[in-house]
Amino acid sequence: MIFWLLTALIIGSALAVVLLKNIVHSALYLMVTFVGVAGIYILLEADFLAAVQILVYVGAVSILLVFGVMLTRRGDIRESNPFNRYKGIAALVALVLFLLVERFILGTSWTLSNAVPPADTVGPIAEAMLSDFVVPFEAAAILLLVAMVGAIILARGVTSRHD
Amino acid sequence: MINLPHFLILGTLLFCIGLYGALAKRNAVAVLMGIELMLNAVNINLVAFSRYLKPTEFVGHVFAIFVIVVAAAEVAVALAIIINIYRDRLSTNIEDFDWLKW
Repeated sequence: MIFWLLTALIIGSALAVVLLKNIVHSALYLMVTFVGVAGIYILLEADFLAAVQILVYVGAVSILLVFGVMLTRRGDIRESNPFNRYKGIAALVALVLFLLVERFILGTSWTLSNAVPPADTVGPIAEAMLSDFVVPFEAAAILLLVAMVGAIILARGVTSRHD
Repeated sequence: MINLPHFLILGTLLFCIGLYGALAKRNAVAVLMGIELMLNAVNINLVAFSRYLKPTEFVGHVFAIFVIVVAAAEVAVALAIIINIYRDRLSTNIEDFDWLKW
């Protein structure tokens, strides 16, 4: 029951993100979609990921996107999110991909595990991250640092020193 | 009974909506929103596989965290690039971004 409610929330607000004409409304519905995905994580017993989803997506990425809209606004905001000329062919590509993947999902027989996941997921995630995945963990840290420095330099604007 | 295919189809549907947004929108920020929807769909898939196929190992969760890290870095850099292009061309229409055409 909760799954179907969350699915309706996610799909409905995702369609609103794509179809609405006003890009600020799209950004707000994007936040609703992210909250719905966090609900799906709780349903899948991934409580830590649900918290990360709320913190990073709803708290940071959505705000960044709204800032992006604010800093690049031009013309009428009510017509700020139009389709381009590939609207029809993009719908066709998305539909064909969906039908293809759906056939594969429904045609596969999954060997499900009956093991019960531990109630607390933070500890096992930390152990996996700092033992098997320690090199990707450090790489992700460096990636975040480089992305932060790069974003600051790009957004400041590069000025030449020759003049 | 909600099972693994339900979550996978939800992820597929969300991915295709995001793909449609990324391909069919004219505003570059809207294209970024579509990409974020696609990354979220991938995360749903990863966590669902982790929950139903290997519930005692947390490989899917760790992967999802890395995807979230890369998504946050990507959106910051992409918005900086969009703001920089906007300063130069006074437009966020991706059809105006044609430096590489000849």
